[in-house]
Amino acid sequence: MSDTIIKFDQVVKRFGALTVLDHLDFNVQRGEKVTIIGPSGSGKSTVLRILMTLESISEGIVSVDGEPLWHEERNGRLVNASEAHLRKMRVQLGMVFQQFNLFPHMSVRRNITEGPVKVLGMSRQDARERAEELLEMVGLANQADKYPHQLSGGQQQRVGIARALAMRPKVMLFDEPTSALDPELVGEVLNVIGALAEEHDLTMLLVTHEMRFAREVSDRVCFFDKGKIKEQGTPDELFTDPKEERTREFLKAVLEG
Amino acid sequence: MHWTEYLNPLMQGAWLTVQLTLYSTILGAVLAFAAGIGKTSHNRIVKAIAVTYIEVFRGTSLLVQLFWLYFALPILGQTVGLDLRLPPVVAGVLALALNIGAYGAEVVRGAIQAVSKDQYEAAKALNFTRRQTLWSVALPQAIPEMMPSFGNLAVQNLKDTALVSLISLGDLAFRAEQLRNFTQDSTTIYTMVLFMYFGMALVVTALMKTLERYVGRWRSARG
Repeated sequence: MSDTIIKFDQVVKRFGALTVLDHLDFNVQRGEKVTIIGPSGSGKSTVLRILMTLESISEGIVSVDGEPLWHEERNGRLVNASEAHLRKMRVQLGMVFQQFNLFPHMSVRRNITEGPVKVLGMSRQDARERAEELLEMVGLANQADKYPHQLSGGQQQRVGIARALAMRPKVMLFDEPTSALDPELVGEVLNVIGALAEEHDLTMLLVTHEMRFAREVSDRVCFFDKGKIKEQGTPDELFTDPKEERTREFLKAVLEG
Repeated sequence: MHWTEYLNPLMQGAWLTVQLTLYSTILGAVLAFAAGIGKTSHNRIVKAIAVTYIEVFRGTSLLVQLFWLYFALPILGQTVGLDLRLPPVVAGVLALALNIGAYGAEVVRGAIQAVSKDQYEAAKALNFTRRQTLWSVALPQAIPEMMPSFGNLAVQNLKDTALVSLISLGDLAFRAEQLRNFTQDSTTIYTMVLFMYFGMALVVTALMKTLERYVGRWRSARG
């Protein structure tokens, strides 16, 4: 039985005259790990930003777990989503940003507990215990009292991952999580994401340029070009035997680059 | 008269100046936050009130505001049957605070809007409400940025207190004028007053620096 958790149905996103997503159809199954690759400007980050409600859509319907994200039903008609609806939907999603976006004025612990306490209404004690577990998981057990600027980029991004997980989302969105890192720090972040990918229930959407990693962790790889999925398949299919000329060009450029 | 004989009356005046500065700066800061945050509000009425307040008090002279509160408001009150006579200290503090608050509001608004878009996106991804985002994310980062400008405004405010002598409040400037009328010793008296204002300004600056370090202490964490 197919169990679709994310569904883009003919979604269009325009920024002024620029069309970033062009009638995109895109589905993700519950628990699936999907990597999105493609040239810059192909709309791959926009997919994540739309899901995190950081970017609205121009046309079409986006659904999360069967419910429209950017629309809600009122008097039997679909109307644009209110802030209340967006808040209700957002709890299902967590995001890890390219630039980490940690709160610089909060300790590592506070970065992780603030959301659960303020938004989920968790007790401070429970939130702290959860933060300790998560920090342990990302390999930063002793860093809870530090401030973000005292950590390396790789450590900051691992805190970013812990912070998103603390909200217990069903879907984790990774927006080029290693692109802002020095090369020697990429591995430690990928290791954490790789370990997460072992979790059966968690749905993951990953935008990345790390092709080898994408190949290891993904169930499916989607190649985006000009606001559409040009080609998709299992990592083996897509990386070893791409059907489309455009995919071959892109992979050649990235893998040799 | 020997210059030491001026000290006592001048110190009395200086004490009132200190009080006026303190009260009006604190009230001014409250107004600055209220109006500065109000100006970033999505509620049109709140925003309109904030903008009107800021523009009116930045666009008119402090002296006129002071006279209006002290002389015009009671008469206006009389015509509608209300007693709006303000004691000089209250009128002075109010005028100074309203004035400094309007300038401070722009500092507050600017600093809030200067918090990077990334921070607002992170707050949204964690599902914070607008209010939680303001209090937990934006303001703690914006306040340290406001402090240098607030320091300038506080010193400005100290100097502006001299205007309240015109509604016969016995502040430092008023005492100086009194003594000068009495002794004609302008040079000594005004030189002393100059140094006293300067000394008070140094204290205000030092206090604001301490406050700046305190609100931004997360920025200097080491290790």
